[in-house]
Amino acid sequence: MQDIIIAISGLSKTYATGFTALKNVNLGIRRGEIFALLGPNGAGKTTLIGVVCGTVNPSSGTVTVGGHDNVTDFRAAREMIGLVPQELTTDAFESVWATVCFSRGLFGKPKNPAYIEKILRSLSLWEKRNDKIMTLSGGMKRRVLIAKALSHEPQILFLDEPTAGVDVELRKGMWQVVRALRASGVTIILTTHYIEEAEDMADRIGVISNGEIILVEEKKELMHKLGKKQLTLQLQEKLAALPAGLFGGAQLSLSPDGDELTYTYDTQADRTGITRLLASLTEAGIRFKDLSTKQSSLEEIFVGLVHQDRNGAAK
Amino acid sequence: MNWRAVKAIYRFEMARTGRTLFQSILAPVISTSLYFVVFGAAIGSRITEMDGVDYGSFIVPGLIMLTLLMQSVMNASFGIYFPKFTGTIYELLSAPISFIEIVIGYVGAAATKSIILGLIILATSWLFVPVRIAHPVWMISFLVLTAVTFSLLGFIIGIWADGFEKLQIVPLLIITPLTFLGGAFYSVSVLPPFWQVVTFFNPIVYLISGFRWSFYEVADVNVAISLGMTLAFLGACIAMIWWIFRTGYRLKN
Repeated sequence: MQDIIIAISGLSKTYATGFTALKNVNLGIRRGEIFALLGPNGAGKTTLIGVVCGTVNPSSGTVTVGGHDNVTDFRAAREMIGLVPQELTTDAFESVWATVCFSRGLFGKPKNPAYIEKILRSLSLWEKRNDKIMTLSGGMKRRVLIAKALSHEPQILFLDEPTAGVDVELRKGMWQVVRALRASGVTIILTTHYIEEAEDMADRIGVISNGEIILVEEKKELMHKLGKKQLTLQLQEKLAALPAGLFGGAQLSLSPDGDELTYTYDTQADRTGITRLLASLTEAGIRFKDLSTKQSSLEEIFVGLVHQDRNGAAK
Repeated sequence: MNWRAVKAIYRFEMARTGRTLFQSILAPVISTSLYFVVFGAAIGSRITEMDGVDYGSFIVPGLIMLTLLMQSVMNASFGIYFPKFTGTIYELLSAPISFIEIVIGYVGAAATKSIILGLIILATSWLFVPVRIAHPVWMISFLVLTAVTFSLLGFIIGIWADGFEKLQIVPLLIITPLTFLGGAFYSVSVLPPFWQVVTFFNPIVYLISGFRWSFYEVADVNVAISLGMTLAFLGACIAMIWWIFRTGYRLKN
């Protein structure tokens, strides 16, 4: 039995406009994991985070954080959580130091300048501590929001699109911080559009579409289960069309200019058919100069899933 | 009760006041001085007395009230509206604090600021006219009660407003006219009988009358009624705040 730190059950949210953002969501977040929540725009990611953190009232359902109901025992529940919102919402006229200390006070923690210094240093904000927030760049503002969220030593950190609009260098630094947090036992829930980040960082992946969690899976399992591999052969001589009788059938395709053959196969299958394909090619006298294999990325899996879900909903 | 959060909000708001010192403190002081020049020196020289009090001195409580009401409403409404506008409200909503701490923090800071302003204006008026305070404890009580009540009203306006225009409407179109018509510059008894009756529907009459009583022991209405009206208004604002708290009105979607 896994140690569940956030338990969401039967959660629904319909906005006053009539828009249903969440439909009967059930989800358990494990203590100490990095959980990536993926989904297209408007799928309900931010609403889900909002309900857990207390910025959105749910229409029905319950959320417990560390065993504390987030409505009836909201103080205990919220004390455990740090939230980094998607929008860069900051107090323009405050200094970095003042705003981070303010956040700590808001969460009822006594002053701890040494701890705040440690956070600011780890986010490369120490030199900017006396600067007004309005003078900072977008990437720095994003880090200020992370520093604010970490100021009260939360056990759970929500990162809603943390790397949107942040350059590659900064993004790398940010993920280092996230990894260090995870190593110190902090549970991290993130939403992102950069699927390679989820692929790189997450332990588990949840996919949300149209307000429903359509899948929750260990990342490795997910890659394994849904992962297709492609073998690409670069031909020595161009082919006008696929010769009849060649092994592979529908799994085989020819590129438009006729110099590449692509064979798609399932990594789960006992027999991938590669040996037979190669033998069949030799038999047909087709020679190739190079070959490569490629595993489908999380992005492709994700697009496939959401597409399937939409088609399913349409039927 | 998360008192550290209350303190954090209070300090944050007071720091905001500190940053806008000119606008917050100097501007009201200058405008009050102008009132003294216009009403006290220019017009006041023709009206020697009102209810047995020198006219220049007579208007001091009304002037303090005018500033107190305006500033309480404006400070508190802006204080809570701005986080809604910029989006930083997310932090207040996700912190382990209830609405009560948010109200105490914002309303406390807004009331503190307007009380300080009221006292500065009182001190300024001393430079122009003789001021006598017959009941200092009652004077301070009325000052604090009114500042808190109207800061609560401002907080409600700040929650209700969804644009800067709405934020300005109540202070400019309701509070200022009612204060001017509420006996800030005259005694209700100088009005014709019909308008005296109409005037007593204006809640601000009771505030100014009670406050002026604490200075000169002259009042348009019994001081107990003034106190009762002030407390009733306070109660109404608290009830409204409680309702907002229960429903999450305009705070949580």
